[in-house]
Amino acid sequence: MMDRLKQALGPEVPGLLGFLLLVVVVFGLTAPNFLTGANLGSIAFQLPELGILTLAMLIPIISGGFNLAIIYTANMAGLTLAYVLMQFGGAEAGIGPFVLGSVLALLVGAASGAAMGAVIAYIGAHPILVSLAMMIFLRGLGEFLTKGGDISGFPPYLATLGHGSVLGIPVPLILFGVCAVVWHILLTRTRHGFAARMVGSNLKATTYSGVHAKRTLVLIYTLSGVMCAIAGILMLSRFNSVRVGHGEALLLVTVLACFLGGVDPFGGFGRVAPVVIALVVLQVLSSGLNLLGANQHLSTAVWGLFLVGVMILRWGAERWKERKRGRG
Amino acid sequence: MTDLPPAICFAKVSKVFGGVKALQDVAFEVGQGEVHCLAGENGCGKSTLIKIITGVYQPEAGAEMALFGEELAAITPNLARQRGIAVIWQDLALFPEMTVAENIAFESLLGNRPRRVDHRALRAAAEAALARLEVSLDLDARLGTLPIAARQVVAIARALVSDARLIFMDEPTASLTQAETDALLAVVRTLSARGVAVVFVSHRLAEVLEISSRVTVLRDGRLVGVYPTEGMTQARLTELMTGKTLDHQVRARDTSGDPPVLEVEGLSRGNEFRDVTFTLRRGEVLGLTGLIGAGRTELSHVLFGMNRADAGMIRLEGRVLRMRSNRDAVAAGIAYVSEDRLALGLIQPQSISDNAVLAVLRRITGASGLLSPKRQEDLVAHWVRELAVKIGKPGDAVSTLSGGNQQRVVLAKWLATEPKVLILDCPTVGVDVGARAGIFRIVRELAAKGLAILLISDEVSEVHVNADRVLHMAGGRIVGEYDPRSTPLQDMEAAVYA
Repeated sequence: MMDRLKQALGPEVPGLLGFLLLVVVVFGLTAPNFLTGANLGSIAFQLPELGILTLAMLIPIISGGFNLAIIYTANMAGLTLAYVLMQFGGAEAGIGPFVLGSVLALLVGAASGAAMGAVIAYIGAHPILVSLAMMIFLRGLGEFLTKGGDISGFPPYLATLGHGSVLGIPVPLILFGVCAVVWHILLTRTRHGFAARMVGSNLKATTYSGVHAKRTLVLIYTLSGVMCAIAGILMLSRFNSVRVGHGEALLLVTVLACFLGGVDPFGGFGRVAPVVIALVVLQVLSSGLNLLGANQHLSTAVWGLFLVGVMILRWGAERWKERKRGRG
Repeated sequence: MTDLPPAICFAKVSKVFGGVKALQDVAFEVGQGEVHCLAGENGCGKSTLIKIITGVYQPEAGAEMALFGEELAAITPNLARQRGIAVIWQDLALFPEMTVAENIAFESLLGNRPRRVDHRALRAAAEAALARLEVSLDLDARLGTLPIAARQVVAIARALVSDARLIFMDEPTASLTQAETDALLAVVRTLSARGVAVVFVSHRLAEVLEISSRVTVLRDGRLVGVYPTEGMTQARLTELMTGKTLDHQVRARDTSGDPPVLEVEGLSRGNEFRDVTFTLRRGEVLGLTGLIGAGRTELSHVLFGMNRADAGMIRLEGRVLRMRSNRDAVAAGIAYVSEDRLALGLIQPQSISDNAVLAVLRRITGASGLLSPKRQEDLVAHWVRELAVKIGKPGDAVSTLSGGNQQRVVLAKWLATEPKVLILDCPTVGVDVGARAGIFRIVRELAAKGLAILLISDEVSEVHVNADRVLHMAGGRIVGEYDPRSTPLQDMEAAVYA
C-alpha cells in the first residue's frame, strides 16, 4: 500500500513535504500572523490561478516542449467571456451568457493550443519559437481589441466563483483541485498521457512503435490551451476585470514550479503531485515573507534562491545514493 | 621498408584495473607504412592497448615499448603525439560548428596566450594536408553540414597536420556506404604509400581486410596471434576473436510448400531500391544480406509503412496492403525491429515496462477507458518470462540493460502486437556473441510457431546459419537468391563481399 502510494506520487514528494514543513515552522515562529485563518485563507485564494497556469505549462514540458503563450491564451479566453457578458448587458447578464461565454472561452483556448500543437508536430518547429510567436500574436491582438485598457463590470454572481467558499473551502481551490486530479489521471492512466511522456523522451522512437506521436502533440497543446482558458475565466472572476497583461509575471513562475516539482526540463518525466506541493511551498514562502514586512521583490529573489537550493540538494541526494550503491 | 625500424614494437604489455586483468603479456608490432588490423570483441583489450600506446594509461612494470626504433621507459600523451602517433576515435572528436579548415588546422589555434588568428596560414596548412591525401573539400564549409565520410577525411587531415606517422582508426567503416568505404580505402592507400602506417580497430573487418597486410587478434586481454590477411575470411576471424568454433550447422529447410504471408512485387522507391520481388512464407526465416548502402533498410522502411513506394505492390495474406503510416503496418500485423536500437528501437531513458507495452497501449486499457497498471504488469511479466529477459525491476530505465537484453525488450514489444510478419534489421548490432545465439534461438522458435521472419544482416554468416533462404541485395536490387543447404558459406561471402 505504502509502495503503491509512493509510486503514484513520485520520489520527489517526501523531500518537498519536508521543505514545506520547514518553511511553515520557520514562518510560524517568526511571522506573527502566519498561522492565522486569514493568512491561510489568502494563500488558498492566491494559489489556484498560478496552479492552473502551472498545469497548463506542465504537459508541454513533459512532452519535451514548452508553452510560452499560457498567460495571453488565458487572458484571450477571459476577453472572449467578457465580450459575451458585455453583449448581454454587462453586470445584468444572466447565467446563460456566462455559460455560453465560458464555452467560447474554452474553445478559444483550445484553438490557440491546437494551432501551436499542429505547427510543432507537423512542421517540426521548436516549441519555444512557436509558442513565442503565439504569445506575441495574442498579446498584440488583445491590445488591439481592448486598446490596452481593462474591461470590467461583470455580473455579481461571478464573485461566488472568484471569492466564494463551499464548506469553508474556497471555490477557486476546489476548481484547482479538480483540475489537478484530472491532470494526474490524464498523465498516469490514459494512452495520451502515456504517449506524451514517451514523445518527451524520444519522438522518433515513439513514432516507430506505431504511436500517432503527431496527434499526441496536437492534443497536448490543445489541452494546455483549455487549461489556460480555465485560468482565464478564474482570473476574470477574481479581479472582476480583464486586461491582456493580467498575470504576466506568473509565466516564469509556472516554469519554476514545474522544475521545483521535479519535472525533467528535457521532457519525458514529471508528475502532478510534486508540482502541486512545489506550488504550495512557493506561495507559503511569498506570503510569509510578506507578513515579515519584506518587499515583494525580495520574495521573488527568494524564489530564485530556493530553486538553486533545491537543485543543489537533489545533486547531493543523487551523489549520496550513488555512493551507497557503490558500497552495497 | 624492411630496413626501417617498426613504427610500434611493444612486448610483454600487461594492465590490471582493480584486480581485473585487462591485458596480459600482449605483443603488438606495426611496420612503418603498414596497414594493419587490430581485431577483437568488445572488452578484449583493444582500447586499453591503444591507450597504453598513446600514453593515456601506463602499463604494469616489465613492458617493452619502442616507437620508431626508440626504446622508451614511459610514454606520456605528449610524447606519443610528438613521435607521430594519432588516434581517430569513432566519434571523431571534431567541431561541427567550425569550418573544415579550422578543424584541420585546429592545433595551430591552441596556445597559452591570446593572439590573432592567422587565417591565411591556417587555410594553407589545411590545404596542404588535404593535398597529401589527394582529396579536395570545401575549406569554408561548416563541418556539421558534411557527410560522415568527409568528416573522417577531415579527422585524418588533422592528424597529418600534426605530423602523424601512425594513425589508429576506430571502427572507421561502421557508418559508411560502400562508395564511401572505397573512397576511405583510397585515402588509406595514399597514406600508406607515403609511409604513414594505419591501424584499423574493429570487430567487423570484411571491408578493410583486403588492403591490410596483417591482422592482430586479441581475446580476453590476451594475444591470440598475428595472421597474414591473405585468405582470411570474416568467419575465420570471428572464430579467432570469440575462441568458439562457430556453430555453422545450417538450419535451412524447404519452405516452398508453406502458404505465402508477405508477397512483394516490383517494389521501387526513388534511387533507394528498384524492382524488388520476393515471397515470405509462413514459418519461414528469409535472410536478406548485402553491404551497407544496398537499400536493405530503405526497403524495410517501406514494408513497415514508414515510407511509400513509387511503384509495385505489397500483399499480406493475399490482400493488397495500402499503408499511409507505420500504424497501418502494425495494425495489419507487420513488426519492425530497427537496426538503431539506441535512437529508434527503444526509448532509452524510460522504463523497461513502459517500453514493452508502448506498441500495445490499447491492450492494457481497461473497461473504464483508463490504462490498467495491473494489465501492464501482467503483460510485462509474461514477456520477461517468455523471452528470458534478465532485468532488475520492470520500472528500471531500459538503458540499464545490456545490448542483448535490450534487444529482447524490443522483441517483446513487437511480439505483444501478435504480428504475422517480423522484420529484423541487423538484430545483433551491439549484442555480444553469447547473447546473439540467444536472440537467434528466439527467432527460430518464433518461426517454428508460424511467424514469417525477414532477417536482414550485413554478416553473411548470420543469415547463412539462421535463414531458410537468402536474398542478396546490391545497388538497390535483389541480385541473387541462395539456398544455404546447397551454397557453402565461402561462396556466399565471396558473392556478397566481392
